[in-house]
This record gives sequence, C-alpha cells and structure tokens, in this order.
Amino acid sequence: MARPFVEFDRVTLTYGEGEEATPALDPTSLGIAEGEFVAVVGPSGCGKSSLLKLVSGLLKATSGNVVVAAQEVTAPIKIVGMAFQNPNLLPWRSTLRNVLLPAEIVQPHRARYRRDKAPYVERARQLLRTVGLEGFEQKLPWQLSGGMQQRASLCRALMHEPSLLLLDEPFGALDAFTREELWAVLQALWMQKPFTVILVTHDLREALYLADTIYVMSARPGRILLRRNFDLPRPRTLDSTYDARFVQALAELRAHIAEARTPVPAFA
Amino acid sequence: MSAVVEAAPAPVAAPSPAKPRGRRRRALAAVLVPLGFALAVLALWEAVVRIAALPPFILPAPSNFFSVLVARHEPILMMAAQTARSTLMGFAIGVSIGVVLGSIIGSSRAIYRMVYPALIGFHTIPSVALIPLFVIWFGAGPHIAVITAVVVCFFPVTVIMATAIATSAPELDDVLRSLGATRTDVMVKVALPRAMPQFFGSLKLAITGAFIGTIVAETIAANAGIGYVMVVATNNMDGALAFAALSVLAAMGVTLYAASLFLERRLTGWAYRGR
Ligand SMILES: Nc1ncnc2c1ncn2[C@@H]1O[C@H](COP(=O)(O)OP(=O)(O)O)[C@@H](O)[C@H]1O
Ligand SMILES: [Mg+2]
Repeated sequence: MARPFVEFDRVTLTYGEGEEATPALDPTSLGIAEGEFVAVVGPSGCGKSSLLKLVSGLLKATSGNVVVAAQEVTAPIKIVGMAFQNPNLLPWRSTLRNVLLPAEIVQPHRARYRRDKAPYVERARQLLRTVGLEGFEQKLPWQLSGGMQQRASLCRALMHEPSLLLLDEPFGALDAFTREELWAVLQALWMQKPFTVILVTHDLREALYLADTIYVMSARPGRILLRRNFDLPRPRTLDSTYDARFVQALAELRAHIAEARTPVPAFA
Repeated sequence: MSAVVEAAPAPVAAPSPAKPRGRRRRALAAVLVPLGFALAVLALWEAVVRIAALPPFILPAPSNFFSVLVARHEPILMMAAQTARSTLMGFAIGVSIGVVLGSIIGSSRAIYRMVYPALIGFHTIPSVALIPLFVIWFGAGPHIAVITAVVVCFFPVTVIMATAIATSAPELDDVLRSLGATRTDVMVKVALPRAMPQFFGSLKLAITGAFIGTIVAETIAANAGIGYVMVVATNNMDGALAFAALSVLAAMGVTLYAASLFLERRLTGWAYRGR
C-alpha cells in the first residue's frame, strides 16, 4: 500500500501551559489516502477544529508527527483549502474579491494572477454561480446572510484548486434545503476531479452522504473511537438517504456517537 | 367595454419619484440649514456692532472685514497659500512617518511594549511648546511651520496606527496563514485594511493639528502665512484685517476637514455598513 496522503503518528495537542493546560487531543494516529473523502464526527469541544488546524499546519502538534503529501507539517502548507467554522470573510472586500484572495497569495497562481486576472475572475464567478451566489459578487460580507457568507467561504477554499480540502462544519449555519443542495454541489465537484477532503460535521446524514470513511471521535480530550468505511454507491442523492443500507449505516453511527458522548449526569 | 377596463389588474406602480427627490431635498437641506445659521449669526453680529457702535479694533462688523478681504484679496490669498502649503507638506510628511513608524511598532509585540510608553510620554508634551527649540536648531523661517506641523501630526497617527495594528484579528490572520501567506501578505491584506477606520480617525486629528501647528509657528517664527498676517494686524490694531485673516482660516479648516471626511467615507464605507 502506498503511503497515506495525510498521516498522523501519535499526535497530541495541548492548549496552554502549566496550570492552564487543556489537553485537546489524546495520542491520535490515522492515515488518509489521496482522493479519499473523510468525515469526522464527534461531540462539540472534542477537538475536531483543532484536528483540522493540525493538518493545515496552523497549529503545531504538542507531540507526534503530522505528515501531508510526504512532507512533515511544521508550518502552514499551501496545497490546502480551508473553510473555517465561521465564514471569516474580510469585511472590506466584496464577495468576489474575497473568493479571489487565494489567487493573490498561493503560488503559482499569484504570479499568473498578477499578469492576467481574467481567468481567475471567471473561475471565481463560476464558483459563486455553483453555490447560488450569482448577482452577489459586488456585495460586502455584512450585506449577505450567515449562510451566504458560508457559501462564499466555501468558494474561497476551492479557488486555488487545493489538493486537500479541509471543511469545518461548513454547512452548519445553513437551512436544510440549501445544505442538501450544497451536498450535491460538493459531491459533483469532488467526482469531477477527486481531491482529498476532510469534512468536520455533527450531522451524521451529511457525513454518510458525502464521505467514504467516517471517523468518530470521543469527548474531550479527543481520541478516535472508530474508523468505518461505508462503500455506498455514488452519486448519492437525497433519495439514496432512504436506502436500507444508508439507514442501517446511520443507525450504527448513531449508536457509536451515543457511546462517545459524556452522559449528562441528570440523564445518566 | 368599460367593465373590461375596470377589471384589468391595476398597473404595477412605477417606482415612486418621491425617493430621489426626497434624497436631493435632504442633501440640499444639509447644506442650506447650516449656511442659513451661519448667515444669521453674521447678521446678529453686524447688528450688535452697529447698535453698540464698537470700534473696529475691538470687534469689526462682518461687512467691514469682508470688504477688507475683497479689497486686499491678493496679499491675503498669497499668505493663505503659504499657510496651506506648510500645512499640507507637514501633514503629508508627518502622516507618512506616522504610518510607517506605527506599523512597525504595532507589528511586533516586543517593540510595542518597549516604545509605546515613551511615545505616550512624548505625546503629552504640547508640540507647540517646542517651537522655540526648533528656531534654535533650524533658524526662523517658513520651514519652522512645516516642522511643527510634522511633529504635531505624526504623534496621533503613530499612536493610533500602532494600536490598530497591534490589536490582532486571529481568525482573519488564520485565513491568510492557511494559504501560506507571508507576514508581509498578512500585513498588507489584513492588518492595514482593518486599521483603515482608525487611520482616518487619526487623519482628522492630524489635519487639524497640522493646521494649528502651522498657524502658531507662523505667529512665532515666520514672516509669511496667515499666522504672520494675524500678528501684523494685531500689532497695528487693524481689527478688520485680523478678522479677514481669521475668516480665511475658518474656510481653510472646514475645507480640509471636509476633504478628509470625504476620503474616509469613500475608503472605509465597509465599516459603516451603509449607515
Ligand atoms: N485557542 C484555544 N485555547 C485554549 N483552548 C482551546 C482553544 N481552542 C480550543 N480549545 C479547547 O480545545 C478543545 C477542542 O476544541 P475544538 O477543536 O474547537 O473542538 P470542536 O471543533 O470539536 O468543537 C475544547 O475543549 C476547547 O475548549
Ligand atoms: Mg469546531
């Protein structure tokens, strides 16, 4: 077997030092293959966002090694596209210019973009169209709803055609209809030209609809309780979420999540 | 036939013309109301001076100093141009130094902690108190006005820029860092744009400061500029000339302030969210 694209070797993470030290991640080892679509589910506060920041190099592991594309991660890496839990759009930039941001920074796009902006502007508009934001290109972030900002942030994460896409509850703030529409959009994008995706979500249906491999994490400090590969056929549609296999997988995951949660004392 | 006409759906109302007209009226009112107020004050002033028969060297009537302004507009304009030049040159130099220095101080925790207290200490010295020192160092002349304006401007800009840059936005920084951005990228694309509203706030302080610094320097150490005209006029008990010069100063001050306000609205509209 080839070396995994993303590899964690006994990685731990602790925030703060001394008295204030908060362990966020217990020793975690995992391997994600190139082109794999992975979902990470777990109770809130269990360290899912921290896990993504470790992969992207925004955070340094307290111990252990993170390796991406055969390179040890010691600083932020540029092959990553990341959509954060909050949309984090730059408030002084229009939607279009927010989406164009990676083209201004990541090489080799940076040099090309400086010479000729037109193809990049076209790509940004195309991305905005696929998430239903046509006509909002010139609006400033405060003029968009939370869900629309989140969609713009997704476009920004895809702008520089990253080979590793990290999504931190990107659909959390969306209404059910838009969310399910965007599942289809993301799946179509991924099937066109597979890239590696790590999706953090608390929606088990979303995880099953989009991902092939699902990791279940324990309550803080996070630990991987379960890695499960469901080979559901693609392309998946809303109808396939009612298939027997889908429903059965959902029930199985639900049971594991119930285990992962620290019980609330009053209900224990 | 008429029944058919009546049954037809009511045409969609054309966009009401009231809105743009209302806006224009409001814009007009925003100019006319303060202008009317200023004219009323001038009229009252005129009346008081005439009724009390005050001598012009105590308080000249507006009609008196406006006629002086018209009659001697050439030398007055020349002096005003000198003051404007010193103010703007000092402003430009002072702000440039302030932006660069403030950005450097704000971008490093260590430098910030080291320099900031000293900066605040210097800031509490009224800069005009330094004018006699400048005269000793650089000799009297119009350049003293420029130097004073520089010193007056660069403090507020430096302090405000340093603070604005130092207060970070970790989430926005992370967006850039996750793309592998350099420190310079983060500075140019996040820290500086984010500091723009505070920067323009400091510009308004700087422009009025540069103006006051220039005038004061001209009254102390120059032989040109409106400040110098003020000194000559008061020495000659020429109240009409002094007030003519003052009215020019007021007009220049309002113009400078309006210009920085206009720039601020144009460049930092995002921070006002349409308000
Ligand atoms: N910057 C931080 N400083 C200190 N503790 C943090 C910080 N970020 C997260 N934590 C803690 O680490 C744990 C995991 O956080 P996070 O990765 O955001 O969880 P999740 O995304 O699964 O909700 C939480 O208990 C949180 O309180
Ligand atoms: Mg999170």
